[in-house]
Amino acid sequence: MPDAAGTIEAEKSRDIRKRWLLSLPALLIILLAASGPLLIVLVYSFLTPGPYGDVQWLPSLEGWISVVMEKDIFDGTFSIADAHVSIFVRSVVLSLVTTILTLLAGFPTAYFIATRPERTRELWLFLITIPFWTNLLIRTFAILEIIRNEGLINGLLLKFDLISGPIQMLFTDGAILTGMVYVYLPLMVLPLYASMEKLDFRLVEAGYDLYATPFKVLRKIVIPLVKPGIIAGSILVFIPALGAYVTPSILGGGKNLMLGNLIELQFGQGRNWPLGSALSITLMLIVMVALLAYVRNAGSQGSRHG
Amino acid sequence: MKRITAAMALTATLLASAGFAHAEGELNIYNWGNYTSPEMIKKFEDQYKVKVTITDYDSNDTALAKVRQGGSGFDMVVPSQNYVPIWISEGLLLETDPSKMENFKNVAPEWTETDFDPGRKYTVPWAMGTVGTVVNTDVYKGDINTWGIIFDTPDELKGKVNVVPEMTDVIDAAVLYNGGTKCTGDLTILKKVRDTLVKAKPNWVAMEYGTIEKMGSGDFSASSDWNGSAFRQRLKNPAIHYGYPKEGFVNWSDNLAVLKDAKNVENAKLFQNFMMDPENAGMNSGFHRYANGIAGSDKFMPADMKGAPEIDVPKEFASLGVPSKTCPPEVQELYTKIWTELQK
Repeated sequence: MPDAAGTIEAEKSRDIRKRWLLSLPALLIILLAASGPLLIVLVYSFLTPGPYGDVQWLPSLEGWISVVMEKDIFDGTFSIADAHVSIFVRSVVLSLVTTILTLLAGFPTAYFIATRPERTRELWLFLITIPFWTNLLIRTFAILEIIRNEGLINGLLLKFDLISGPIQMLFTDGAILTGMVYVYLPLMVLPLYASMEKLDFRLVEAGYDLYATPFKVLRKIVIPLVKPGIIAGSILVFIPALGAYVTPSILGGGKNLMLGNLIELQFGQGRNWPLGSALSITLMLIVMVALLAYVRNAGSQGSRHG
Repeated sequence: MKRITAAMALTATLLASAGFAHAEGELNIYNWGNYTSPEMIKKFEDQYKVKVTITDYDSNDTALAKVRQGGSGFDMVVPSQNYVPIWISEGLLLETDPSKMENFKNVAPEWTETDFDPGRKYTVPWAMGTVGTVVNTDVYKGDINTWGIIFDTPDELKGKVNVVPEMTDVIDAAVLYNGGTKCTGDLTILKKVRDTLVKAKPNWVAMEYGTIEKMGSGDFSASSDWNGSAFRQRLKNPAIHYGYPKEGFVNWSDNLAVLKDAKNVENAKLFQNFMMDPENAGMNSGFHRYANGIAGSDKFMPADMKGAPEIDVPKEFASLGVPSKTCPPEVQELYTKIWTELQK
């Protein structure tokens, strides 16, 4: 008996060693390609801006202070940097609304695919991935062509005399949201589908047998069981949406800065690299907080349904 | 098996040598997008048996940031005049002394001596122009020669005005509109500037670069813009006119320079000299639609550019232009703060 246990132990540790070795290339890439540059960003955030961009090697907290505080250029008083705060808030709100809308559109889609016969599911999934074949920029410009003043929608409405002048759709918040939802929808559908595929539909039938209303079945059976998919999809949409840059500037007309544009401004025309670095790290911290909330949520989820 | 490997290796070598086969020389130019005549480049390539590669940038700061990190691999760059002193003081440009080159005699007298490159020791004129307004006169019939189009938008244009998001250009325009001077650090003026901008913004539909296409398609009815861009818009729609703001406007120029770490210095010098030839400069203007500072080049420009009001500043406005120059870092910081506040 002890011998057998020992063999199993040895087998296990060999297995673990093999796994580490196999993941070594990926770990090295992460270490070199992700941590290295990140470290530079971190160091830069504590330096002094050079006169025409770049940094001077003088330690300074100025970059970090100006993330949240600003000295009024006219009366010299210190106050909360409301420009930065409102840009952060705008980005977070936009990402949240995008996440909710993709969830509302993605949930029925994923449910539909998961309830098709097994043979046709792959075809439906394949259709979902089609937008990924085209570059993001081109897809965004395609939306622009549809909603612009002399675009497809306004053209048709004018042709049939339904409106007297073009409706301003481009360069509005609605245009940004349309673009964002369109771009990020597949990222919501795929993890949702992965969860729903594993859903045991006999439980749904059982629910109906016990006279549950469709809404109750959805709320008490389907949603709790596919919750990991909902959370994974929401994270996959929320995080890139937070840093979204191309879609808001093309469809929104660039009148209001998003976080990504604010950071770019510091490295370009603003010539304040330390502030840009500090803002980038702040963005990462927000993402990290969101992820931690997820991990804790998922953990307690596991123990309840485990 | 061995034979197959050998054959594959041979093919690979052949492919590689074909891929890397170069003409007698190379030249890598880093320039603004949509700004270099392909025809003119072809002529240079044929004349000197040099393979030219052009890479685009969209702002002076992008170009500066990239080249400063070293190892960019570019030989030449085309910075605006307000950035040339930065490039020189940061030690990024090679002193090629264009003033001693054969074709320097063709440079128009007003461009032979400049503040930004005293004695023309580094740069050759590439293009020059102004920052003003463009207005679709079918939509608005009033006076277009004022920054009021942007900052006190007339009712007909409300919600149809675009502003090209060049921070310095926009804030300079607002400074001139409020009676200040370019690169001012005067806080009373800057406060008015901030208020002007914040008050004007609700009337703007967008802050974008793509004016040529969107003015043409009717997404915008007015915009702040560069004159060459305005010219291209008028060719698309004759109702689009360029305004020279009476409050003052900025005169700018872009200039061709050789980088200190250039690998193909001789070819780069040849190209600087080549660009001062009236025929080549005229060919280039026919593409980017700006003036070029080379005397006699107008003979080689397309006929529609002769006497175009966008290119030749009309007499009554000529004195209103102020030269573009580098703002000191502390003014730049004030500008950035106003700019961020405007877009919050």
